Amino acid sequence: MKKEKKIKRRDFINTGIRFGIGAGLGAIAIGLSTRSVSGKTIWQIDPSKCVQCGNCVTECVLQTSAVKCTHVTDMCGYCDLCSGYLRQGVKDLNTAAENRLCPTNAIVRTYVEEPYFEYRIVEELCNGCGKCVKNCGSFGNGSLQLQVNQELCVNCNQCSIARSCPAEAFSRVEHKTPYLLKGFEDLNIKG
Amino acid sequence: MNHTSASMTTMKRFLRYALLMMVVSILAVHVFSQRFPAPEFEGDYQIPPTQIAKVKPVIFEYLDILVFLGTLSLLTWVIIKKRSRKAVFWISVFSLLYFGFYREGCICAVGSLQNITMAIFNPGYAIPVTAIIFFIAPLAYTLFFGRTFCAGVCPLGAIQDLVALKPVSLKPWIRSLLGLIPYIYLGLAVMFAATGTDFIICRYDPFVGFFRHNATSLMFVIGGILLVTGVFIARPYCRFFCPYGVLLNLISRVSRRHLSIANGKCINCKLCENACPFDAIDMPTGLEVKSDNRELVKKLIVYGFITPVLIVLTGWVVSRYHEDFAHVNFKVRLAQEMMNAGQYTDPATIPTEVTTFQASGTAVEALYKEAEFIVHKFHIGSWIIGGFIGLVFGLTLAQLTIYRYRDEYTTNKGNCYSCARCVDYCPVK
Repeated sequence: MKKEKKIKRRDFINTGIRFGIGAGLGAIAIGLSTRSVSGKTIWQIDPSKCVQCGNCVTECVLQTSAVKCTHVTDMCGYCDLCSGYLRQGVKDLNTAAENRLCPTNAIVRTYVEEPYFEYRIVEELCNGCGKCVKNCGSFGNGSLQLQVNQELCVNCNQCSIARSCPAEAFSRVEHKTPYLLKGFEDLNIKG
Repeated sequence: MNHTSASMTTMKRFLRYALLMMVVSILAVHVFSQRFPAPEFEGDYQIPPTQIAKVKPVIFEYLDILVFLGTLSLLTWVIIKKRSRKAVFWISVFSLLYFGFYREGCICAVGSLQNITMAIFNPGYAIPVTAIIFFIAPLAYTLFFGRTFCAGVCPLGAIQDLVALKPVSLKPWIRSLLGLIPYIYLGLAVMFAATGTDFIICRYDPFVGFFRHNATSLMFVIGGILLVTGVFIARPYCRFFCPYGVLLNLISRVSRRHLSIANGKCINCKLCENACPFDAIDMPTGLEVKSDNRELVKKLIVYGFITPVLIVLTGWVVSRYHEDFAHVNFKVRLAQEMMNAGQYTDPATIPTEVTTFQASGTAVEALYKEAEFIVHKFHIGSWIIGGFIGLVFGLTLAQLTIYRYRDEYTTNKGNCYSCARCVDYCPVK
């Protein structure tokens, strides 16, 4: 008889705690859902903050970084002497391998017409080191910019490049505005 | 009155024009800032569009939620109603393949606890709905049915459960001692997430490297060690590290229903106790020696006095280290480096962080102020988690005095992962 009563008391306490926890969970869920975003959030680089330090190559959890050089073609000057393609201060001015800036040879140059050349990034080869981005930004139009390739990015809860980015150029944004392109705002909406 | 309002309108109009001129001049500068003008092609060459990778469709995100809730519901039904170990096993294989290897372990419920913390402490942080559901659903299910999430939805649990081939039993005192680690881990994870510093649970996730075939060598080694250990000490991460498991453990203790072994028909054959790899089965009290009740009450009173002392003591000890914790924070580290910036004589050795900050033109005083505020937050936070750890120590001691009558082998509702191995071995059907 006595034992039965005891069990009932424990059940009563447990039920009380259970309702308390349930209410707490409900409050958290409702409270947070009022400022939640539907869909998902993704990582974005702000090219105007990016200083091309080279951390993107090594810090990404992927073997080859998900950060790639993006060529904003509308900004490109189609220069013959492309500062993103050729090294500075080379001995002979030609496109021999030793004169090219890209360490992985990910920039393809094709002749268009005198005096213009088209430049294209082979993303499979690009490692996101940003050497071309730095030079193009310093001496050229700045049409080469580092961007997170959203197809490759595994969208870590905490981006490990963001953690080590000296310029704090990474931020989480809603998936509707995935890219921020410096100097060419119209493109930002597309993705 | 009229005069003032008229002058106000002129003012406003002037301001508007000034603003317009400013915008126009900025735009002009912007347009002319292009060093080399866009080429004028004579041929029919068209400028190709900028190649940009598309965002993976959001529909997968919703699919994840559906699969998550579906698996959790199915598994719960299998555990509570069907009581089938085989089904639990196959569902855990599925979870491992889907949430682990296919979805590459992100987002998971364990890590979502940091998103929730961050959202609570930083009102500006927009939290994805997925994170909320992944956090709440397992807790809610646990509240009603026990830790069915751990049994085979969590990919981290599933991978360890599959390798638990030769489990050994651990001494209770070892279990209690190691069992304190998750509380400390939880406290640290919450502190780092609340201050917006880091997501340490994700950073030190031991198995995500296997899921992605990609990790630092250190994490591969840690993951490997855990898996090898897991052959003998079943689910080492779940039992002795998982911070989310702390919440599930506490909630599961008051769960409405739970996986039961023999439902009052126990024949005390001990088979279930041998079958459980996690030492999560309590034996009937008839086989234990019951201490004197008065003795227990006396002990409880002593622990009741010790606990507040413990709280203050551990709070003080942990708060001594708040500056070390704060150094994990980027802003604090940067402020420290800025203070030391004068030491660098060779410009080549100046860290990128420092040069970047100097180039950004932000006042260094503002940075110092911000860093100081963050350190202050860490001071408070470390007192709180220190106190929390002390409380857990005290309660762990006090738990020794609790005596509960059991007349058969039952699952320990807190520690049981509802894997249903015991049911498989139980001869009572």
